[in-house]
Amino acid sequence: MTPLLFLAVAAAGGVGASARLFLDGLVRTRLGGAFPYGTTIINVSGSLLLGLVTGLATNFLLAPEWSLVLGVGLLGGYTTFSTASFETVRLAQAHRYLAALANGLGMLLASVAAAALGLWAGLTLG
Amino acid sequence: MHLSWRYLGLVFLGGTVGTALREALGLVLPPIDLAGAHLPLTTVGINLLGSLLLGLLLEALVRRGHDAGGRRTARLLLGTGLLGGFTTYSALATDSALLLHGGAVGLAIAYALGTLLLGGLATWLGIVLGAALHLRTRGEGASARGENG
Repeated sequence: MTPLLFLAVAAAGGVGASARLFLDGLVRTRLGGAFPYGTTIINVSGSLLLGLVTGLATNFLLAPEWSLVLGVGLLGGYTTFSTASFETVRLAQAHRYLAALANGLGMLLASVAAAALGLWAGLTLG
Repeated sequence: MHLSWRYLGLVFLGGTVGTALREALGLVLPPIDLAGAHLPLTTVGINLLGSLLLGLLLEALVRRGHDAGGRRTARLLLGTGLLGGFTTYSALATDSALLLHGGAVGLAIAYALGTLLLGGLATWLGIVLGAALHLRTRGEGASARGENG
């Protein structure tokens, strides 16, 4: 990997993280902060897109450099595991076990399904 | 607050460094191949470490006072930015989908559920550490004030 590509991937991650802050704030304003919908929307949509990027790259419809910048960088920085996990533990600490289960297991199942759908779409397009 | 350029800039900076760290670890420790399946152990380690540190950071910050000034700067730069960008959910989901696609159903479930459960445990441990750290530093401060008095 060239130093320039490394920097491009890192900066794309910064852009993804800023987009996450922006979208999470937007969702919080619209839907309130009782349940962390923002992180769920971000992680499910990011998983769908990474599945698509991976599928397209497998079919050589996307150059490996772009796959790194978009996949490892942009979508890697956009989605987040630590915040999702923190919000789940906070819900459990507040004895909101059903909400914690939805935010933990629900988000995981939805994200894997979204990634599989994206992967299928990317592989089918080729 | 999401519309503030300063906050977006802080998260961009933190997210760039966090992504660079994840990328560097991925290059040094590439995924291992186990029985023909692609096992992303580096991603597991990154997500668990990041969860522990985020729990520690956010608990330590919330115990120091409300979310403003330097505490908000630290939360956005180090929490939302650095640790948010360091850890990743899309790779967890896509690698699990790839394992399922390759027929390694058991491995996919172990990877996804294992990360989820251990991640929760790491977060909780980080919160406990953050609380303990706060009580210790506050205790030292109190005894120092006692000696001065």
